Amino acid sequence: MAAITLTINGKSHEMDVDPRMPLLWAIRDVAGLKGTKFGCGISQCGACTVHIDGKPSRSCSYPVQAAAGKKITTIEGIGSEDNLHAVQKAWIEEQVPQCGYCQSGQIMSAVALLESKPKPTDEDIDNAMSGNICRCGTYQRVRKAIHSAAANKKGNGITGK
Amino acid sequence: MASQVNKRAENATRRDFMKIAGLSGVGLMLGFTTKANGAVASVVNISEQAPAAVLSFELLPFVVIDNAGGITLINHRPDMGQATWQAVPMMIAEELEVSLDQIKIQQSDGLRKYGGQLSGGSSTVRTGWGRLRQAGAAAREMFVQAAATRWNANKADCYAKEGKIYHKPTGKSLTYGELVEDASKLVVPKDIPLKAKKDFKVLGKSLPRPEVPSKVTGQAQFGMDVEVPGMLFASIERCPAIHGKVVSIDDTNAKKVAGVKMVVKAERPLPYKTLESVAVLADNYWAALQGRKALKIQWDNGNYPAEMTTDKYFAQLREAAKKEAPSYSNIGNVSEAIGKAAKKLEAQYETPFLAHAPMEPEVAVAHVKEDGTCEIWAPVQGPDGAIEQVSQYLGIAPEKMKVNVPFLGGAFGRKAYLDFVLEAVNLSKQAKAPVKVVWTREDDIQQGPYRPGMLSAMRGGVDANGNIVAFEHTLIGESISGQVFKSFPEGKPDPWAGEGISHEESPYAFPNAKVGFTRVTTDIPIVWWRSVYASNSGFGHESFVDELAHAAGKDPLAVRMELMKDQPRFLNVLKTLGEKSNWNQKLPAGMGKGIAITKSFGSICGHVVYVKKEGTGVKIDRVVSVIDCGMYVNPDNIRAQTEGNIVMGISAATKPGITFADGKVQQSNFHQYRVLRMNEMPKVEIHIIENEEAPGGVGEPGLPPVAAALCNAIFSATGQRIRKLPFDLSKLS
Ligand code: FES
Ligand code: FES
Repeated sequence: MAAITLTINGKSHEMDVDPRMPLLWAIRDVAGLKGTKFGCGISQCGACTVHIDGKPSRSCSYPVQAAAGKKITTIEGIGSEDNLHAVQKAWIEEQVPQCGYCQSGQIMSAVALLESKPKPTDEDIDNAMSGNICRCGTYQRVRKAIHSAAANKKGNGITGK
Repeated sequence: MASQVNKRAENATRRDFMKIAGLSGVGLMLGFTTKANGAVASVVNISEQAPAAVLSFELLPFVVIDNAGGITLINHRPDMGQATWQAVPMMIAEELEVSLDQIKIQQSDGLRKYGGQLSGGSSTVRTGWGRLRQAGAAAREMFVQAAATRWNANKADCYAKEGKIYHKPTGKSLTYGELVEDASKLVVPKDIPLKAKKDFKVLGKSLPRPEVPSKVTGQAQFGMDVEVPGMLFASIERCPAIHGKVVSIDDTNAKKVAGVKMVVKAERPLPYKTLESVAVLADNYWAALQGRKALKIQWDNGNYPAEMTTDKYFAQLREAAKKEAPSYSNIGNVSEAIGKAAKKLEAQYETPFLAHAPMEPEVAVAHVKEDGTCEIWAPVQGPDGAIEQVSQYLGIAPEKMKVNVPFLGGAFGRKAYLDFVLEAVNLSKQAKAPVKVVWTREDDIQQGPYRPGMLSAMRGGVDANGNIVAFEHTLIGESISGQVFKSFPEGKPDPWAGEGISHEESPYAFPNAKVGFTRVTTDIPIVWWRSVYASNSGFGHESFVDELAHAAGKDPLAVRMELMKDQPRFLNVLKTLGEKSNWNQKLPAGMGKGIAITKSFGSICGHVVYVKKEGTGVKIDRVVSVIDCGMYVNPDNIRAQTEGNIVMGISAATKPGITFADGKVQQSNFHQYRVLRMNEMPKVEIHIIENEEAPGGVGEPGLPPVAAALCNAIFSATGQRIRKLPFDLSKLS
């Protein structure tokens, strides 16, 4: 066990955990933020995607120890129902989610994509989003929502908080 | 689509969902319970936080209205992504005359008064269409009557609109909240005439789903997210050969893992037998998993590693194809007609075992309490089934059970099989604490139950004039009713496996046609999987129609239209499909097109798939889909479900299935049990037929024709006939 301080969505969380515990479980079970999901545990599905220092990362395969001192953003840090991020708005507009379980991860990948490429092509979307499985099959709507989020921002670039 | 959101429902989703569901609000009677006719209105406590002055009245089991104006409608079918959370309230709201932003939605808790609560068989709208609208209409009429009495007015002068009753001559109005106490004293009226389609205000509209905002902000609560004070986390080691028995357990190292509280022998109750396992319980999930990995267990696998292999099973299916099968439908004399036919065709089509792999693995929290009651929080497809099975398992009365259903992170049939819930119940009883059982993805893929692998043995004949004169489809494999429910009707076909292929659902006018089923048993655990047997049988059925069309020298769409000329709904779907897909356009070299159509779960769905040759294989260019599901609730959701069915159907056809060898499943996680990803997603367009037929299902009917339409397109592009799934799109020859 080790004392570790995580900075999640700008808030610091002190915890005493096995340093090898994946960041995913520290976020969910210790910090209590349940929006980040468990889908595979081996970096195959993207359900657990968070941003670590701005980069989309699979938290299921990221030891909590390595995340100490870094800036972690989860879906809860992207926007809330009263203050939706442009990507979340586009997701509602296109009614993307079915079961919704994969969607936190999809949105985290999409936000990161739009931050680096404000006007992504279909190929950019394929590259950025193919690590996120949606078993319900919402891919076509995910693609459309990304394009529409990009269009709504009129090239101003999308910045998460 | 407008991004207006349903504030009340959304808030309920976000903050009150578990609280309300946990309270089992509508079960808590405060008075007024008995009516002269034994029905229905009662005062209920629906919110812990409600001020004492607020009374909630349950006018009918699905309609709860409080005197402060709050309107709560019950969704009795768990939402696994198919949008019952909206569909059920929409059906009630239409006749109750309330708009969706006036209501709060609450999940049912399994109590009998709601009737069957299983999300399965694409049945929610089909079975609710009459009953739920009738409930809304009855409640509305009670308000009209209450207002008329209050005003001493003529009932015919009173009408309902957006949660109020208006008096036409004077324009005065009263809200449902103001009327509910009076209304609750009335006898529930019966057989109210329901609205015609042209008068719908809510139904048939693409309204935004109320739970979507909570699903894009990480606030929707899934089974995986449930936490109960004092709960332990369990990770369970089950036998890789599934049926093996525990010989010895060495838990020395497991117990050394910080956080591990106990290691116990556990069990996995299937409906027909109980399997052995070993559970590690800890104060956090990660510790439980580490403890589990440190276990040393010796299993007695019996003969399973040698006997229970998919190779052996499929060999048995091919052998069984030689036998005469009991039939679902048998017209004319197929053998005689084939004997006389100018061209005789025979082919076998094979479909693999598949895991459901919902994105949320199986998970359940159970608390077997000291007072003899038991509470469950789990993503189950049927809370009523959970009450029945758990109370039986524990030997307690169903009244001692409470089941709370959060959102399901996908299910596809898997979460109607409650082994994972019973595991949690067993462990909670042993640990005397609430226990959360979390399956890993490997557990999900390696432990089943699975969609059965099946063989379609096809025979057919074409006469000298190019007429298809005989068609035979024998579906061969394990029976779900036989294995899971021990109720296979010997000498008859499986009661469910004719879905989509019997003459009733595939009414091609072949003069001689037989559709049958032969059971071959296996110990590989199986269960229903999205669209059940139609997901297997649609492939052989509609591919073979294509084979016969080519043998007859006819266009695959034209021949279907000819054979369905007396079936107006099929014909309309085919015609629409031809138009929307531009079927008769001339294709550039290297492109191919394929069509398939299936009726299942009450709806007809056809797809046209376009493929183009690329390298050593093909790429799916475009899928055009037409569905006739009769009258419907939310067209945008029909498109969403059909998109999902196409994706799942392509995965089922082109990604690895489940194989058993050497005493275990050969696939373990998404790197081996692969599914379709964004970069492989073709363009999909969905068209919905307008009519006033009774509603059909939507969650499944889009899946059965996918593989056949795809493989028919591959034949058209390459001349290669695919008869075995799965295959690799990029390596065809
Ligand atoms: S849970 Fe991390 S990628 Fe699947
Ligand atoms: S919406 Fe269900 S897995 Fe993506």
